[in-house]
Amino acid sequence: MTDAAPVRPGGAMVEFDGVGLRYGPDAEVLSDISFNLQPGSFYFLTGASGAGKTSLLKMLYLAQRPSRGIVRLFGEDLVAMPRHRLPGFRRRIGVVFQDFRLIPHLSARDNIALPLRVAGVGEEDLSGPVGEMLSWIGLGDRADARPATLSGGEQQRVAIARAVIARPQLLVADEPTGNVDPDMAMRLLGLFEALNRLGTTVVVATHDIHLISRIENAQMMRLEKGRLSDPTGALRYPPANRA
Amino acid sequence: MIIPRVPVQHRRLLPDRRLSGPTPWVIAILMMLTLLAAAAGVGLARSANAIGSAIAGRVTVQIVTANPVTRAQQAASLRRAAAAQPFVRSARSVEQEELRATLGQWFGSEGSGEGGDDPVLKSLPLPALVDIDFVGEDRSGHIRDLRALVAREAPGARVIPHAEWLGPVARLIRSLAWIAGGMVVLMTLASAAVVIMTARAALATHYPTIEMLHLIGATDRQITRLFQRRIAIDTAYGIALGSAVAAAILLLIGWQWSGVTAGLATTASLGPAGWVLLLALPLLAIALAALTARQTLLAALKKIL
Repeated sequence: MTDAAPVRPGGAMVEFDGVGLRYGPDAEVLSDISFNLQPGSFYFLTGASGAGKTSLLKMLYLAQRPSRGIVRLFGEDLVAMPRHRLPGFRRRIGVVFQDFRLIPHLSARDNIALPLRVAGVGEEDLSGPVGEMLSWIGLGDRADARPATLSGGEQQRVAIARAVIARPQLLVADEPTGNVDPDMAMRLLGLFEALNRLGTTVVVATHDIHLISRIENAQMMRLEKGRLSDPTGALRYPPANRA
Repeated sequence: MIIPRVPVQHRRLLPDRRLSGPTPWVIAILMMLTLLAAAAGVGLARSANAIGSAIAGRVTVQIVTANPVTRAQQAASLRRAAAAQPFVRSARSVEQEELRATLGQWFGSEGSGEGGDDPVLKSLPLPALVDIDFVGEDRSGHIRDLRALVAREAPGARVIPHAEWLGPVARLIRSLAWIAGGMVVLMTLASAAVVIMTARAALATHYPTIEMLHLIGATDRQITRLFQRRIAIDTAYGIALGSAVAAAILLLIGWQWSGVTAGLATTASLGPAGWVLLLALPLLAIALAALTARQTLLAALKKIL
């Protein structure tokens, strides 16, 4: 079931306008956030720990509503959207969590198949895409393994496969390379880049400045103390592209 | 549907182990007590109704004239006169032998008939009794007319409406039936509370899974069906066990009760409607558990974005 309309041609996939977020009565953790994310683009979100990256990502993958401001996703206002319409939008978003969040009693295969099952895809149509995805992440021989028996890098790859199996229009990844070695980090980034080439808008939150330089045409957003210091389009990275 | 159908692959989203631990056992105990209370309530209510309808329209006229011949004549005259009244359905003289036999049970006399060989019982001056059953509902009017008739046919005789002395017993039995009904309601509420606690505990235990399902686009209905199915099955096990134990107890009591033939005990029975109610209660309990679980889960999920 998808009740979200497709993004209109030329329209932004994500629009934040004057967005603020506070938890309870405390001070805002995000203030005056305004940016647009264009379809098919690749974005890095950087910032020191506590700058608000995870809070911003939560609003992107619809785990949190803003305290103020306007958030439009796929052309629709999400702030006033009734709760029962959210699942349709969530199915168009893939999320990779820093801590993987794999379901521990399910095999790698079942974890990857989860978004398709939730979307109502029949079992006969599942095995092909899930098998391809397992091969793509190099875990074809570990399909029946439970997460606890997988290494950190393997779990991360399963989490990424789960995020992309339903071909989301927007992929949000929170420190996806934080738990893996540099080689694995580059391989995972390659997966994101390949997905981006297929048209998916990718947002990756990371501390790793070297990672940013590896993606051509990537744009960077930087959060400092809850404020976006470098909105999308104002600064391109790496510096070599600035000439 | 009481137990929702969920594809096998989706069922695996919850771990294989039972969700609720002691829940089926608690539900089994509550179900057993509910059925026993319901059976007691139905039996007592039927007994109260039987007594009530039996005594409501009946009076006994007690003729205590000292001369036994005159007493017998007055009784016969009153019976004939009463039987001729339009408000009387039947009038019957209670035979002296019947009276002695009844008293003999209290005196511990051997044999039947006229109290056996008990000389004390034989020497007792017994009153003449005439049982009269009224027709219709206007019982106070009938009693007024009967008193007038008695004053003519057997002056000095006492008119004793049965409701005067059996009424308090019937009211007591009816009160006990209401108490049993109240216990059924309370235990039903307790069962619902157990289901609510089980559903909340299941949600708390599986919160990470639920959160993940939400984030990949699962609807509240999809998540609820998973948990509702598991909780309904768990409670169904408990209800089946509790019902089986209660049925065994009721059959044992029924078997022992069948040997009791004295007095009010004979008026207590479940009747077809009572058995239907007892059979329906477990099914209603399963439906209530599933519905309670569903509403609890939906309410809890609404608190998550």
